[in-house]
Amino acid sequence: MAHHHCRDFDRAAFLRGVAAEAGRGLPAVKPGTPLPAGTGLSRRSLLMRSAGMAMSIYGASALSPGAFEAGVAEAAAASPNAPVLVSVFLEGGIDSMSVLAPTGDPKYRRLRPKLSLPDGAGSAFAEDDRLRWHPAAASLAALHGAGKVSVFPSIGYDHADQSHFTSRHYWEVGQTNANAATGWLGRYLDRVGTGANPLQGLSLDGSLSPALATAQAPVAAIEGPGSYEFWGRGVWGDVEEWMHEAFADIGAAHASSPGALGAAGAVAARAGQLRRDLLPFRDDADGNKAYTSPVEYPAGDDFPERLAGLAAMLAAGLPIRCVALSAGGDWDTHDNQEEDFADSLKLTADSLAAFQSDLEARGLADRALVLVWSEFGRRAEENGSAGTDHGAGGTAFLIGTRARGRMVGEFPGLGRGLDAEGNLRATSDFRGVYSGLLEQWFATDAAAIIPGAAGFARPELVR
Amino acid sequence: MRMSAAVPATRPRSAATRPARRRAAPALPVYSGPFGEAQAERLLWRAGFGPRPGEASALADKGLRGAVLSLTHPPRARLEGPGPTDSKGRPIAPGDAWGHDHLWWLDRMVRTNQPLVERMALNWHDWFATGDVGATRLNLAQNSLMRRRALGSFSALLTDITRDPAMLLWLSGTENSRDAPNENYARELMELFTLGAARGYTENDVRQMARALTGFTNDWSRGVGPHRFRFEAKRHDGGVKRVFGRRGKFDWRDACRLCLENRAHPSYLVTKLWSYFVPTPPAPRTVSSLSALYVHGRYEVRPVVEAILMHPDLHEGPRLVKPAIVYVAGLLRTRGRPLTTESWTWLSHLSGQMLFQPPNVAGWDEDRWLDTATICGRWKAANTSLQDQEIDTGDQTYDVAETPEAAVSSAIAFWGGPGITPETRGRLLAFSQRCADGIEHRWQQRSYRVLRQNALRMLVATSPDFQTC
Repeated sequence: MAHHHCRDFDRAAFLRGVAAEAGRGLPAVKPGTPLPAGTGLSRRSLLMRSAGMAMSIYGASALSPGAFEAGVAEAAAASPNAPVLVSVFLEGGIDSMSVLAPTGDPKYRRLRPKLSLPDGAGSAFAEDDRLRWHPAAASLAALHGAGKVSVFPSIGYDHADQSHFTSRHYWEVGQTNANAATGWLGRYLDRVGTGANPLQGLSLDGSLSPALATAQAPVAAIEGPGSYEFWGRGVWGDVEEWMHEAFADIGAAHASSPGALGAAGAVAARAGQLRRDLLPFRDDADGNKAYTSPVEYPAGDDFPERLAGLAAMLAAGLPIRCVALSAGGDWDTHDNQEEDFADSLKLTADSLAAFQSDLEARGLADRALVLVWSEFGRRAEENGSAGTDHGAGGTAFLIGTRARGRMVGEFPGLGRGLDAEGNLRATSDFRGVYSGLLEQWFATDAAAIIPGAAGFARPELVR
Repeated sequence: MRMSAAVPATRPRSAATRPARRRAAPALPVYSGPFGEAQAERLLWRAGFGPRPGEASALADKGLRGAVLSLTHPPRARLEGPGPTDSKGRPIAPGDAWGHDHLWWLDRMVRTNQPLVERMALNWHDWFATGDVGATRLNLAQNSLMRRRALGSFSALLTDITRDPAMLLWLSGTENSRDAPNENYARELMELFTLGAARGYTENDVRQMARALTGFTNDWSRGVGPHRFRFEAKRHDGGVKRVFGRRGKFDWRDACRLCLENRAHPSYLVTKLWSYFVPTPPAPRTVSSLSALYVHGRYEVRPVVEAILMHPDLHEGPRLVKPAIVYVAGLLRTRGRPLTTESWTWLSHLSGQMLFQPPNVAGWDEDRWLDTATICGRWKAANTSLQDQEIDTGDQTYDVAETPEAAVSSAIAFWGGPGITPETRGRLLAFSQRCADGIEHRWQQRSYRVLRQNALRMLVATSPDFQTC
């Protein structure tokens, strides 16, 4: 029997749903009920305000496909080697103690009678001899061995919230503030992005990632580059081309309207532009990819396919700056953890390794870093259902040829390293990592993006 | 789901433990403006899946009150028109074939004569969002429960959901025993189902409530899968628990009752319910009136829904983005078309809503229906809904003199004459004119008009006007 989820993660829905009136900010939110970034400023006003921004720059025709196209082309030409950050979310709270198992800790087998790693399984972790890589993480371990992975063995924040919704929200907005409405990457794009390049912030899960929620700069969401097409039955030739333009034009006609019409209009205008940008990547009539990957990715899952498409888009010079997507897999392992965990971990690790090889083969490796994160770790002691409940300190990885490749923070141990609730204490803070990435990778002042940035220790992340 | 408004804060815990005080319900305002076809059209989209041909005008004739009551007291359930098939014309197999559970329910949305009941079942599916538990018959049984309880007592619904096999599997209810507590259902019962995050309960209440909810179990056997769901006293923790400051040897029925009696509950329920129908948050006054109506009615949902459907905020307020499955079902319902392909499964997924597969236990994010990805999915859904209806360029009967204006009107009428804003009509007309201007050769006279009409139907169906209601 498959394990069950508490499934409240991706609380994308719920209270984040507290809708603000357009342009009037967010209503007060009760403690513990964070809005997802971009809510309130979402559809309705987020997009409309972005449109308004574009309008002020380009005038009345700003939302015509032509204006966005020019914006994308300008952005691509202006900085062809701009750094790219890819945020990969392990949704549900990955059990960090199963990725790097503390087999050398005397309390490990007592806390994990059913779930502990068998003796000798997996491979040694060179930076801490208490820890061993899970066998399913072999490709990640190999990348680490090659110096391309910085490991965060217990990352989080003090007094971690154990709600998927709340903790994930904190990570997305880059602060422990339930009321924050923009993502940390979104705020970066608001500072450095342009009003006419929706590709600068790209969600690859088929819906907008809250980490990319901006106040002004346009961003985009697609499932994958290959299937982004708008075919009309019984329509072809010139009329088809005019139909596509009309679809975007109808959207643009509403983009500055208040409310749902404006939101729908802005999306249509943006979609029209995106369709043009992605034309070269469209699958052919038989569903074959328009691009080829120089390396082999794991088959049969969206996550590796999206990474492969991303590498192709980067290689084509599209002006992509920040990317967000979720890894496949089930991480909210309350019951029968072992059934799915290894498969999920292997798929994730193999896909990330393939992406890294792909970037290297295409000569893009020095342009991109991948940050892999999860909203929290899981409780040190397994529960009664051969699973694990929500915990605190978790794990993250920074992958790339430019990643420094050294562990950040240490594994705190299962004695004093546990807090009063039996959860791992964090030995690095995600806000310090974000600040470090902004400064060392994007050469941007973190103080303008991460509240209280000065107060967080900066790990050395980039070389 | 959407919480349209910040739910009112609760008092400190001691107060939160008392049942809501009974008081006379302040009168709720009723919309008193004109109730014509446009208003009926909105009501049918908000409280259902859009009008079938002729339905908006028939509903308008009843007046607002008659219209709302006809929705909340529907005739005996009937599915009208031909049933769903796969693309080879074979009947669907909801219990067996992957994705056919989705088709099965989508078909009901398209063909039902009880649109509000079906819509409420969808709302409850979002509310108690249960994903695929690996035994489709259990998901379908839960769906039937939600339809049966669609407009009835929330107390009865909550009780039934708490012991519903699909839910017991989804949120680890049968994994929660005296010796091995599992907090999964306890947390969501309060955070998502009855009270709202951090409203009227603490982390300790979660742990204590988990103890109260112990005792369910089920068997599993090869071939049958999970079955024989039951409560076993020996798996139940019979000890004293402290929940919301109250002490007692609480069990699962007490757990439901305690949540219903928590003073944070009524405002949570009515605010959340409101959010399914109206995009703007209810005024505090409205929340307290609806809460009083709910408590006075002993947790009956129907009167609350009636009050919301007659409220001026629904009829005079701003538009709402149609949820993806409502948009998809509406494409077929509006045209009176049956499901004839299993493609509706992935088309719905691309549009952002696959039934029986909510993104998480909080359901779908009602504020994020539209983005550049899902609007592409909606386009594809609209295009598929037109299967076998496109006009052939070889059709020698097509009006070779059709004017741009006539072409636009004809495309709008094709979709049952939905309300279209002047902005959209203007752009449709500009497109229509451009096609006319593009005719350079004699052979294009007819074919361009045919292509234009096919394109106009897509442009109407995907316009911001038709994406919203």
